[in-house]
Amino acid sequence: MTLQASQFPYLPHEDAVSQTFWQSTRERELRVQYCKNCRVFQWYPRLICILCASQSLIWKRASGVARIDSWSRVHRVAQEGFVPPYVIARVLLEEQVIFLTRLVGSAGLNPICDAEVRLTWQELSDGRALPVFE
Amino acid sequence: MKTPVIVGAAECDLGITNKSVLELQAQAVTRALEDAGLSIRDVDGIATNAISRFSATQLADYFGIVPTFTESTFAGGSSFQMYIARAYHAIATGQCNVVVISYASNQRSAKSRSLSGVIEHHTPEAAFESVYGPLFPLTYYAMAAQRYIHDVENARNALDEVAISAREWALLNPKAYRFGTQSLSSQEMQSSDLISSPLTAADCCLVTDGGGAIVITSYERARDLKKRPISILGFGEATTNSSMTTHRNLRVMGSKISGDAAFEMAGISRKDVDVVELYDSFTITTLLSLEGLGFTDIGGAADFVLDKKTRPGGPFPLNTNGGGLSYCHPGQFGVLLLVEAVRQLRGECGQRQVADAKTALAHGTGGIFSTHATVILGAS
Repeated sequence: MTLQASQFPYLPHEDAVSQTFWQSTRERELRVQYCKNCRVFQWYPRLICILCASQSLIWKRASGVARIDSWSRVHRVAQEGFVPPYVIARVLLEEQVIFLTRLVGSAGLNPICDAEVRLTWQELSDGRALPVFE
Repeated sequence: MKTPVIVGAAECDLGITNKSVLELQAQAVTRALEDAGLSIRDVDGIATNAISRFSATQLADYFGIVPTFTESTFAGGSSFQMYIARAYHAIATGQCNVVVISYASNQRSAKSRSLSGVIEHHTPEAAFESVYGPLFPLTYYAMAAQRYIHDVENARNALDEVAISAREWALLNPKAYRFGTQSLSSQEMQSSDLISSPLTAADCCLVTDGGGAIVITSYERARDLKKRPISILGFGEATTNSSMTTHRNLRVMGSKISGDAAFEMAGISRKDVDVVELYDSFTITTLLSLEGLGFTDIGGAADFVLDKKTRPGGPFPLNTNGGGLSYCHPGQFGVLLLVEAVRQLRGECGQRQVADAKTALAHGTGGIFSTHATVILGAS
């Protein structure tokens, strides 16, 4: 199943903290913040670590392997430009953070909680891309 | 320290009113004050939201009063349970003498409800979540329901029963949007349109106008008022998440924290509660709140409701006005949970009155299971 770029009608806002994440998507790399003190990943990107409040955060590339925590097939138009039906999911990345995404391909046709899924990409109109899972 | 008590409770017009928010607010406030035997000139505390950017200031000005206490915590449907705690402290310490907690919305008449919610582009949620197109807040509740169905036997039937039970209560409440209609059947539940799977239209609360108000003063001041005061036995709250990704476990929500705190303050056990009013934004909200508040074990709410014990005449009277599902849902339902709890404790509920109700619990849930606030009230 191929999604058209137009199915993601709006361009996400990028700021100083999230810039590394978004620029990495141009290379199709999913990068997640990692605290050098706590040795844990955190999602979403923030200025500080939510465990130790330090700014000892670096970016690490995620493996792209995840498990479906839960999912929902959306049947109504959320806002102009979105084309239902599609599947929204919370996935647990191998890095032990929950990530909101869409499921595509066979994972999107028949999603099952706890099933393993893998990272793929949907290009946005400005060359950045959204991580989705299949 | 003074002892705060509830002395007034009322609804404004409900349903499809074609009235403005301030008109509905004025109705709610003046009716609750009339119920208490007080006038607007007695009010020196205002707790409200969702009128404008400066909601409490706006309402004070509209009534021509100069409050010494205002409060506008914006936490969605649980805000009004939180206002009880704030008002309690303000009355106890003498910061003010009479607080009115109020809310009103004309969302149905004004057609102001959007399926995507309000997207604020500078927030992480807008960049990392809204971009994928979830319905807000619906898809998050749907994911909680999906996980529940995956983990718990008979969960889908239990979600149906939550809506069926709420309808049975609404058929006893002349103010309910669904009053005068019919019982809900399992078949109707199953044939309802999917909105965000597994939740269907029948799993979702109504979209109506409406609102209400609660009046709080000290026990000393209450002595010469019209009605027997209602005691505030306990309260607790928890704020857990704004992102769809930060709360790790979709099976246990912040109601666990708010409920434990409220019961500890009240010094009573779950079995002592005679009537329970839970925010039923969606059918799953009710099940997870029953578990979080400790009325059942985690995972036990499905079997609990499938016993039909929450219906009228059953041993666990739940959402006795018909709830957000069948009575009224004006965007933030929390104040109406309190109005019904007060009326049940006063014995004013006619056909739907729970016999000899002495203790009531009202629990609000806001956002995407984001905010949780529990209030326990007593008849004396």
